[in-house]
Amino acid sequence: MLKTTGVPDKALILTRFPDDVILGKPKAITECYEPIPCNPCETSCPFEAITVGEDINTPPKVDFDKCTGCGICVYNCPGLAIIVAQLKNDKAYFKIPYEFIPMPEVGETVHAINRAGEIIGEAKIEKVTLRKKQDKTALIDVSTNTELIHEFVTIRRMR
Amino acid sequence: MKHVDLLIIGGGPSGLAAAKMAAESGVSSLIIERDTKVGGQLVKQTHMFFGSEKQYAKTRGINIAEILINDCKEHDDKISYMTETTVVGLYPDYVVTVMDRNHKYSKIKANTILVATGASEKVLAFENNDLPGIYGAGAVQTLMNVHGVLPGQDVVMVGSGNIGLIVSYQLMQAGVNVKRVIEAASVIGGYKVHASKLKRLGVEITTNMTVKSAQGNGALESIVVQKLDDDWQFIPGTEEEISVDALCISVGLSPLSNLLSMVGCEMKYVSALGGNVPVIDHSHETTVPNIFVAGDVCGVEEASSAIVEGYYVGLIIGNRLGKTHPHYERLIQDFTQQLDNLRSGPFGEKTRSGLAQLRGEQHA
Ligand SMILES: Cc1cc2nc3c(=O)[nH]c(=O)nc-3n(C[C@H](O)[C@H](O)[C@H](O)COP(=O)(O)OP(=O)(O)OC[C@H]3O[C@@H](n4cnc5c(N)ncnc54)[C@H](O)[C@@H]3O)c2cc1C
Ligand code: SF4
Ligand code: SF4
Repeated sequence: MLKTTGVPDKALILTRFPDDVILGKPKAITECYEPIPCNPCETSCPFEAITVGEDINTPPKVDFDKCTGCGICVYNCPGLAIIVAQLKNDKAYFKIPYEFIPMPEVGETVHAINRAGEIIGEAKIEKVTLRKKQDKTALIDVSTNTELIHEFVTIRRMR
Repeated sequence: MKHVDLLIIGGGPSGLAAAKMAAESGVSSLIIERDTKVGGQLVKQTHMFFGSEKQYAKTRGINIAEILINDCKEHDDKISYMTETTVVGLYPDYVVTVMDRNHKYSKIKANTILVATGASEKVLAFENNDLPGIYGAGAVQTLMNVHGVLPGQDVVMVGSGNIGLIVSYQLMQAGVNVKRVIEAASVIGGYKVHASKLKRLGVEITTNMTVKSAQGNGALESIVVQKLDDDWQFIPGTEEEISVDALCISVGLSPLSNLLSMVGCEMKYVSALGGNVPVIDHSHETTVPNIFVAGDVCGVEEASSAIVEGYYVGLIIGNRLGKTHPHYERLIQDFTQQLDNLRSGPFGEKTRSGLAQLRGEQHA
């Protein structure tokens, strides 16, 4: 239960995912379920794909037709509540925010982690981006098994 | 005796924001800050802030402090500072007594006074709560993020409000093992996005639980936690010992409003606002004319609202002193709207009901 443990229920998570066909292209998954006064996701998206609206307490909604999966909202979200997900070539690809040092390296194998913080498999680091405008929140491209598409949320380095 | 138009007590976000708007209106101010530098609580916040872009959302707290300080620098001719100086007395003849860094006392007289002293952390009563190794969350943030010192290796956080959750995340970033976050209420207090972020790192969050006692020989070695029922009564037989070398307490803030009581402002205890707060009207003026308040001192909230309140009151004070900001009407409306918008959700409910209570009394 989100309210007592911080882990959203599966049904809640699924409300934020488009179907697998749409996921053939990278799409933003906004795991921000609660009305909080916040809207940088909306204002940072260059494609106007995220709407919070007039009342800043409204949870964000993604227009998957407009979302290009660029990942800009991922590092602009102060709640680190957005990831980009994609199903491609029999793999699941993600763009995730990361704020720990040392940074993982491209090609490195890391633990795949679910929303409860448990290890659920392995993942591979595809790309690490940390430009100045990202203000210290790195954007990490990572791949893992397709079965983990609704489970994976972050990585943990081995050792 | 030194004499100023506007004296601002506290150089946090609300004080700095007020100084800027007052300066734009043409009013000179003096900011008195007891710390070595201005910026208030923001200087230890390394995470990105919420809110909208108007309140610098997605910018890290420490960088918001820099923005506010630089804004004030643009009005160097109008804004002056006394740091490492504490206001120790506020009197009805608009005179304050200050103690400077050399422990010298002096007096300053002002036409208008803005009290923007912020809030202080609440303490929690339990056995041995004075053992070294037991900290307030704010102290841990200062140690870690300002001085680069770790409070310990194994930590338990008491309190799951935003501050408890955020400081836990920052402890993890610094390589400290946060063993658990415990919360006496039956639900997590802060934003769930912060809780989820922490949970992903493998940090356990346990509701209906509090700390019962601390043990250690000269310094903290372990704590005993215990489950609570929904009426906050201990459930027998649920004690659990956890070995820790630091315990971090984050159970809320209360307004630092004693200077206002001292000068004779009408005060009211409003728990939704964090404790004893001054009765104010819509212009943030207290019951003592020309003494105004902004920020956490008149209700514990967030930096975003403290900044907007500061801007708002800065305009009002300018107007009061006969120097009206060229865009007064438009800005007043804009800031009022921003505050309403920030407070319109469920997390703003406390502030809304608190302010209603406060104002209801005044119009009664
Ligand atoms: C530990 C802690 C963590 C927080 N974390 C977050 C967060 O993560 N996100 C968020 O949005 N908000 C956070 N807040 C809240 C946010 O920082 C405050 O809402 C905001 O700083 C309030 O601004 P302010 O100007 O009212 O007070 P403050 O920032 O508290 O500034 C008050 C200033 O007044 C000075 N002062 C007080 N008394 C005197 C005196 N007698 N003489 C001279 N100077 C005096 C103080 O030294 C201080 O610099 C946190 C607050 C605390 C205490
Ligand atoms: S991934 Fe890019 S296009 Fe999609 S919502 Fe985020 S910022 Fe907009
Ligand atoms: S920026 Fe992040 S935390 Fe803020 S509303 Fe958007 S998704 Fe939620």
